[in-house]
Amino acid sequence: MRKICLPRWLGMTLIVVALLALPLVLTQVGTAWVRIANLAILFIFLSLGLNIVVGMAGLLDLGYVAFYAVGAYTWALLASPHFGVHLPFWIILPIGALLACIAGAVLGAPTLRLRGDYLAIVTLGFGEIVRIFMNNLSSPFNITNGPKGITRIDSFSVGDMDFRSTDTLLGIDFTGPTKYYYVLLLLLLFVIVVNLRLQKSRIGRAWVAIREDEIAAKAAGINTRNIKLLAFAMGASFGGIAGGMFAAMQGFVSPESFVLHESIMILAMVVLGGMGNVWGVIAGALLLSFVPEFLRYTVEPAQMALFGHLLIEPEVLRMLIFGVALVLTMRFRPAGLWPESRHKREMGEMNEERG
Amino acid sequence: MSVLLAAENIGKRFGGVQALKNVSLTIREKEIYGLIGPNGAGKTTFFNVLTGLYAKDVGEVHFAGQTLELGSPHRVAAAGIARTFQNIRLFGNMTALENVMVGRHVRTKAGVFGAILRTASQREEEAAIHRRAEELLRYVGIAHRAGDLARHLSYGDQRRLEIARALATEPKLLALDEPAAGMNATETAALRQLIEGLRNDGLTVLLIEHDVKLVMGLCDRVAVLDYGEKIAEDVPEVVQRDPKVIEAYLGTSAH
Repeated sequence: MRKICLPRWLGMTLIVVALLALPLVLTQVGTAWVRIANLAILFIFLSLGLNIVVGMAGLLDLGYVAFYAVGAYTWALLASPHFGVHLPFWIILPIGALLACIAGAVLGAPTLRLRGDYLAIVTLGFGEIVRIFMNNLSSPFNITNGPKGITRIDSFSVGDMDFRSTDTLLGIDFTGPTKYYYVLLLLLLFVIVVNLRLQKSRIGRAWVAIREDEIAAKAAGINTRNIKLLAFAMGASFGGIAGGMFAAMQGFVSPESFVLHESIMILAMVVLGGMGNVWGVIAGALLLSFVPEFLRYTVEPAQMALFGHLLIEPEVLRMLIFGVALVLTMRFRPAGLWPESRHKREMGEMNEERG
Repeated sequence: MSVLLAAENIGKRFGGVQALKNVSLTIREKEIYGLIGPNGAGKTTFFNVLTGLYAKDVGEVHFAGQTLELGSPHRVAAAGIARTFQNIRLFGNMTALENVMVGRHVRTKAGVFGAILRTASQREEEAAIHRRAEELLRYVGIAHRAGDLARHLSYGDQRRLEIARALATEPKLLALDEPAAGMNATETAALRQLIEGLRNDGLTVLLIEHDVKLVMGLCDRVAVLDYGEKIAEDVPEVVQRDPKVIEAYLGTSAH
């Protein structure tokens, strides 16, 4: 046993050290990469939240970005010159999570009887409604400032430390994005623990039971209405936290950031990574946030070097590769790259049967 | 013996079909009560009304001293009625053990915050759920399949698992919908033993069954449904000789 335990402990330490050192290394390459890493963490947040709804409870939600928007606008309105309110993060983030939670329940309540495609259509509509609201709530009372969005949003700050500026500690420069990275990492740790614990709990089992067979779940004594609402609300609250951090990091929010495309992207992360498995979802989110950025920086120079001029727009090629990758995953690993352990066990058995 | 369940004038209509017409029956404590009838007689409909999956049109069910709130399955389960399904309904991608653990849901109460904070009471409850689920798997005789996915179990084992999940809700009345359907003679005999064991352990059993031999051998009392109406209710020996029952099963006697 010791032989197995020791390397594992060592591996964990290495991962922690690597995660802590990552932004410092990335800063050397370019601050843009730290920003990309931060966005990737936000996407992990979002996909873990959506994983509760889609992966565990099996409720197909295509409007998840709406909760992201709720969180982002909560921060934007409570910490910007727009209303002249400047609340600290430890008040805004919980409020954002709570409002997103309520929005989740509001979406959940009328859709309880719907499943599969029908639920997807309604949630898709909900996502659009929220975005259009943000777009139009500028008159008669200017709440969201409409399509112009809200600018000069306060950044995250703890005491006197402002997360926009660079601090120097022990001779190392900690830039704004680097500091955000550490905060996000901390929040991420919290979200992962919450996810893992929920998964292995009475509530998590009830979610999976509803996904597997709703009628049997009811007969087994599960109040499916409440448990489904809980899934929507819990999933949404993660979206709300992610939204708040997004607003703080960008310093600017507008309805443009919360389009259907984003919802689909988050869903793709969950599905590609492996529905229901926390680590799979994280892998999916990392892959789908980094690979496109990587392509963005490499495709153009590569083409210039090969052909001397630009043949295909990077954006087009990016989406092409993206699409092919998704199709291939669905063909060869339909349960995702890193599926829930029970699915994996199944795949293993299927292979044995074949071989 | 005292009455555990009294259904009064249950009626249910699907469009133009009167699936149940004024069905009244009483189940006594610790008896095995059989509900039989030809195909389409309304047995499963009665089951679904009783366990809250269908809303009834008229009628009332009194159970263990209270009036059941029909139309709300989780409340029926909480009141102490557990059921299995004619076409087995398990949580296929959960392990056998997890299936039974889900059955404990209604008797436990840890919520989101308990789970996130891993409070002492939550961990204790979780351990108790685990222990109880293992016990029940052992009780129905499939402890060795605890870690397997429910959908990989054999047909007979799936039936047993469904019963274990139902037992996990701590029912006073266990309602089995055609548990012997599709079983061979050996499996049926084992099932019979299991049901008798349940009764000996103090449970009341409501059994819908096609296998008349099983019903007649196992049940203390039997009710017969035909076209949504109860046409007989008595001990098996009497029901077997009832001309109305014979007519329902075989048609009017030929001359």
